[in-house]
Amino acid sequence: MSAKFIVGYDGSAASERALDFAIGRVKLQGGTVVLVHVLEWSPYSFLTPSELEERHKRRTEEMERAEKALIMPVLAKVRAQGIEAESKIRYGHIAETICKIAAELGAVQIVIGRNGHTTLGSRIFGSVAGHLAQASPVPCTIVP
Amino acid sequence: MTRISLSTAQAGLAAMAASFLSSMPAHAQSIDDTVNKVFADSTGWFVSFIFASIPGTSISWIVVWLVVAASVFTVYFGFIQFRVIGHSLALVSGKYSDPDDAGEVSHFQALATALSGTVGLGNIAGVAVAVSIGGAGATFWMILAGLLGMASKFTECTLGVKYRNEYPDGRVSGGPMYYLTKGFAERGLPGGGFLAVLFSVFCVLGALGGGNMFQANQAHQQLSGVFGDYPGWITGVVFAAIVFAVIVGGIKSIARVTEKVVPFMGVLYVGTALVIILMNADMVGAAFGQIFNGAFTGNGIVGGVIGALIQGFRRAAFSNEAGVGSAAIAHSAVRTKEPITEGFVSLLEPFIDTVVICTMTALVIIITGQLVTDPETGLYVINEAGQVTTATGATGVGLTSAAFESAFSWFPYILVVAVVLFAFSTMLSWSYYGLKAWTFMFGEGQAQELTFKVIFCVFIVIGAAASLGPVIDFSDAAIFAMAVVNIAGLYFLMPIVKRELDSYLRRLKSGEIKRFK
Repeated sequence: MSAKFIVGYDGSAASERALDFAIGRVKLQGGTVVLVHVLEWSPYSFLTPSELEERHKRRTEEMERAEKALIMPVLAKVRAQGIEAESKIRYGHIAETICKIAAELGAVQIVIGRNGHTTLGSRIFGSVAGHLAQASPVPCTIVP
Repeated sequence: MTRISLSTAQAGLAAMAASFLSSMPAHAQSIDDTVNKVFADSTGWFVSFIFASIPGTSISWIVVWLVVAASVFTVYFGFIQFRVIGHSLALVSGKYSDPDDAGEVSHFQALATALSGTVGLGNIAGVAVAVSIGGAGATFWMILAGLLGMASKFTECTLGVKYRNEYPDGRVSGGPMYYLTKGFAERGLPGGGFLAVLFSVFCVLGALGGGNMFQANQAHQQLSGVFGDYPGWITGVVFAAIVFAVIVGGIKSIARVTEKVVPFMGVLYVGTALVIILMNADMVGAAFGQIFNGAFTGNGIVGGVIGALIQGFRRAAFSNEAGVGSAAIAHSAVRTKEPITEGFVSLLEPFIDTVVICTMTALVIIITGQLVTDPETGLYVINEAGQVTTATGATGVGLTSAAFESAFSWFPYILVVAVVLFAFSTMLSWSYYGLKAWTFMFGEGQAQELTFKVIFCVFIVIGAAASLGPVIDFSDAAIFAMAVVNIAGLYFLMPIVKRELDSYLRRLKSGEIKRFK
């Protein structure tokens, strides 16, 4: 089994940098890039009755959109460089879900980008990179 | 075809609205009177039928119907409401939810949405009505009705999920209309389709009554209490405009803000009630004494024990809607392989709504001494309307407001905001329930939906303009009419629920049904 490098990917510039870093590692030591995209979701939020009715439909649409518009093109680009790549799209708390996938796949490393300029924002809302640094089950690289 | 009927409907309603509006400025106050009279006259027969007494007694048959049903379900399912509470809480907290289903409707979300449709004015104004007519003793019967009602809710919500419609595009639609048709067909029983249509008719009326007019009416009473007396139709028009913007205009942000603020208001309301109760902790024992004493003696109220019982059961049913069938519509969207799990979750609803929140309102009213008793006899002082005289003369939401005000002078302002928001969120929920029933009868389609939504908004104005008496009678009658049909169906379908229950509990015990965390 090849070493798996998990990359938290959401299309942002920071996540592109994380992906580049992971590609660099894989080129050096071999392995697979696993693109993980998490749609932020809490099972304890409040929805209106009509939102409940449409939830399943919306979820299917959101998954499709994430797969087609976001993940597939990147996956193709990575593979074009001769690098093995796979992807996971999940719902949940972003950092927790990434940790869970890392444990499931027995990944060697998590690579995550950081926005770097939202000191106040991350103090209030918590940052994914910060949370991963604290809770990751495997070594975690935070790419600035 | 659709286009034509749509524009005809619009033109008709526009004309109606125009003639209604043109007569407004001249006789602002008398419009309220006219609306009130026309409304009371046209709904009177329906109300008196639903609340008719069993011949030779003073007990209305509908109350017996509700009590018997809740008791039958309680016994038939072996006191299910007391056996599975622990498991219900585990389900709500997501311990049994498959992580792969993240992003789908969770048990918590289904429960929260159903609760925001039921927790509201029933808990604030309804309880006040109950104790001002039935005395403190009505509280006892209300709590009992809440506990029994948990079994009714369990039955209907299990069926709601089991027989929901799942459309190819992924939308889900459920409720009594669907389990009555599909469940009856599955058991080879005739009449399911008829019951489903009958239920839908009453559900539309219930949506216009308790889910709409009562809410508008009490919201207006609260607002005019703060801003001074002004004609009800003004509140009605404002409310109608906002509801119209949401349900017709599709302005989701308003609905979303409401959904966020309502739980907060609920917590604030319960929190304040708790503080008042704790501040008067020494009187809680006496208050419960009054509740028990009143429950079995009547304590001088009109109709005695029976009067207290009827009020307690009426207001409990109106507040938690157990057996009414409305909650089955909200609960049916949950993502689960086991319909029975939603039944377990839904039985928490009457508990939270009635046993906890309604009891708190009642305790605050009793503890703060709102109900006037004769110092010599200890019996309630009854006014000419046949109600218990209250310290400030207020009834309905005004009574609750006065009770809270006696402890915190600023609370009426909070309560106004709470009442308006609760009223609004309940209206949104019921506009959805009513719409589901409407489209079940008339088919899905934009024209049909718009027709219902416009009618719904018109009734907001009527509800705000009419006086509490006729509105509350009609609201109750319509909601109870739903229960008549729904419960009749539940009797025939309860063996299906029993089978699901036995199978699930067996698999839970054997470990086949696993916890995920």
